[in-house]
Amino acid sequence: MTTPVLSVRDLVVEIPTRRGVLRPVDQVSYDIHAGEILGVVGESGAGKSMTGNAVIGLLDRPARIVSGEVLLSGEPVHALKGERLRKLRGKKMGMIFQDPLTSLNPLLTIGEQLTETILEHLDVTQSEARERAIAALDEVGIPAARQRIGSYPHEFSGGMRQRVVIALALCAEPDLVIADEPTTALDVSVQAQIVALLKRLCREKGVAVMLVTHDMGVIAEAADRVAVMYAGRLAELGPVREVITNARHPYTAGLMASTPVASQGHRRLRQIPGAMPRLDNLPSGCAFHPRCDRAEPRCREEPGPSLEACDGRAACWFPLTEKTEVSA
Amino acid sequence: MSAIVKVEDLTRIFDVSKPWLNRVIERSPRALLTAVSEVSFEIEENSVYALVGESGSGKSTIGKIMVGLVPPSRGRVEVDGVDLATETDRAKVDAVRADIQMIFQDPYASLNPRWTVRDIINEPVSIKGGDTKGLAERLLEQVGLSAVDAGKYPHEFSGGQRQRICIARALAAGPRIIVCDEPTSALDVSVQSQVLNLMSDLREELGLTYLFISHDLTVVHHMADKIGVLYLGGLVEEAPRDRLFDAPKHPYTQMLFDAAPRMDAFGREVDPPKGEIPDAINPPPGCPFHPRCPIAVDRCREERPRLRPIGETRVACHLAE
Ligand SMILES: Nc1ncnc2c1ncn2[C@@H]1O[C@H](COP(=O)(O)OP(=O)(O)OP(=O)(O)O)[C@@H](O)[C@H]1O
Ligand SMILES: Nc1ncnc2c1ncn2[C@@H]1O[C@H](COP(=O)(O)OP(=O)(O)OP(=O)(O)O)[C@@H](O)[C@H]1O
Ligand code: SF4
Ligand SMILES: [Mg+2]
Ligand SMILES: [Mg+2]
Repeated sequence: MTTPVLSVRDLVVEIPTRRGVLRPVDQVSYDIHAGEILGVVGESGAGKSMTGNAVIGLLDRPARIVSGEVLLSGEPVHALKGERLRKLRGKKMGMIFQDPLTSLNPLLTIGEQLTETILEHLDVTQSEARERAIAALDEVGIPAARQRIGSYPHEFSGGMRQRVVIALALCAEPDLVIADEPTTALDVSVQAQIVALLKRLCREKGVAVMLVTHDMGVIAEAADRVAVMYAGRLAELGPVREVITNARHPYTAGLMASTPVASQGHRRLRQIPGAMPRLDNLPSGCAFHPRCDRAEPRCREEPGPSLEACDGRAACWFPLTEKTEVSA
Repeated sequence: MSAIVKVEDLTRIFDVSKPWLNRVIERSPRALLTAVSEVSFEIEENSVYALVGESGSGKSTIGKIMVGLVPPSRGRVEVDGVDLATETDRAKVDAVRADIQMIFQDPYASLNPRWTVRDIINEPVSIKGGDTKGLAERLLEQVGLSAVDAGKYPHEFSGGQRQRICIARALAAGPRIIVCDEPTSALDVSVQSQVLNLMSDLREELGLTYLFISHDLTVVHHMADKIGVLYLGGLVEEAPRDRLFDAPKHPYTQMLFDAAPRMDAFGREVDPPKGEIPDAINPPPGCPFHPRCPIAVDRCREERPRLRPIGETRVACHLAE
């Protein structure tokens, strides 16, 4: 086996608060290989963004990594700080967020932002950097890139801005891209363009991609494997087709059955009772047990097992083995 | 079956010009944005009519005109034969206003944080001096919450529970029609299914009629009986649900369906749509979709296609058949 581009091992992120210490990320482990897209799904507050931010060293205080490792091509990076972290982030890791404006400087032209990033991380001359910037814009489908390079972010539409952000994330040729809800704010037709673009770049450049989204359709079409998070932990991890059509964790199964699927018409949707617990009020044992129809006394008493308990797939004492309702 | 709502030739133009002084100094012309353009449709009693379309296509504006939050520039909405904009008989207007209620996308923003849930739910009735004794408690149970929740405040509830409170509030005045503007877009999938199921149950129990606004095609497919597809403020296609999904006739509808991500389409390679929605202030001449349309011909660039019936479908495309 080749070394994964990203390897996250037993990662724990904590936030000290007046009411006690919260754990938005709890014992999370996963790998992403070159040219692979790992989808990360889960309800709002499950810890998806917090995991992504911990990996790229962008946790907002007071959140911090308290244990576990983040390895980039085998090198530990979770303890890096300051200038070394910043350099590594720009060179080896690219980021794409939901709101493209958070990644763009409104006062600089997109050309200035791209050339600045390229000059900082690659050994090229000013004019080479400019040519690379134009090529990068061209690659992400900005029409007339050579003319548009002098434009400011506000002169672009939302979809075009997100393309610029992708160009910016990729221009220093990173090994890993973290895309946190990159298409959530976009329309269906633009979303399809951006997802197709991400897939193509991942395939052609061998980038490892962590794609955070709550849209199961996007996951099915784009991801190779999918990680399902619930209350800070990984509930399930596996090949995308397996997880969607043959979920092992009762939460994943419930999630799939509660998603309307066009091919299934007016069928009554399955409901998962209740809502995800807040971090300051986590139930005992497996955090999903109050909503779970398979829960036994053991689930209330013991924390859910590691993924290994179920072929490395699901963190559940009583995983499903039958096919779930959703089928392709 | 009879139509409970009739929307005719509805048009809404917003003046989005800069302030007068700026216009004079910068010599910039007046800017008019046509948010809704000559839209006509009917909603049958006890049915779900869905409006779909991308951001800015005019969905919310139509919903707001229907409940009287925004006046139309032209055209009319008739509810039970009463035109809200021109009816002079106050009693009739009040009756229609009570008949039609709205639920908004954001259950966080639409509840006053300083009011108890009881006051929030009762308000539509109490401002008219109606009897609210036990009303909130009964409605809370009807939407799957508990009567004891009436004394609590909105922040004590999750997103899905808040949307239930919004639904209870909309039901307070005993409406017959509810305009639901993206009622589950802010909710997680597992909670969305709770709310959608509740809406289906209430429709059956109370004989409600819904105008269901959404950009999510799978949700629309799940909920709607009839669907209208909007593009740049205009209705480009309308058909009963299965007709629309089985045989979309307008090139835009086809593009939208192809682009929508599908949970059962593993690794699907889509040929993504070209271009983006044009600026609503300067819409293209002719068919508004022609710059992105893969089959456009010269006629499309010059003449705006009217909605015309083809079987059960109405479609605004010169080439559709
Ligand atoms: N400063 C903070 N203090 C306390 N809790 C926090 C703080 N920042 C984040 N959290 C909590 O951490 C948890 C994880 O948040 P995170 O943003 O990772 O969720 P997410 O899965 O990305 O959700 P979403 O889908 O809404 O983006 C949430 O429950 C959130 O409330
Ligand atoms: N009060 C207003 N003043 C000026 N323009 C407006 C106003 N309300 C809406 N618009 C414009 O009218 C058009 C239609 O807006 P509307 O909110 O109806 O769209 P929508 O289909 O609901 O979109 P979304 O999916 O983003 O909610 C948009 O271009 C919008 O910018
Ligand atoms: S009228 Fe012409 S441009 Fe418009 S959708 Fe039909 S074929 Fe395309
Ligand atoms: Mg997030
Ligand atoms: Mg809207």
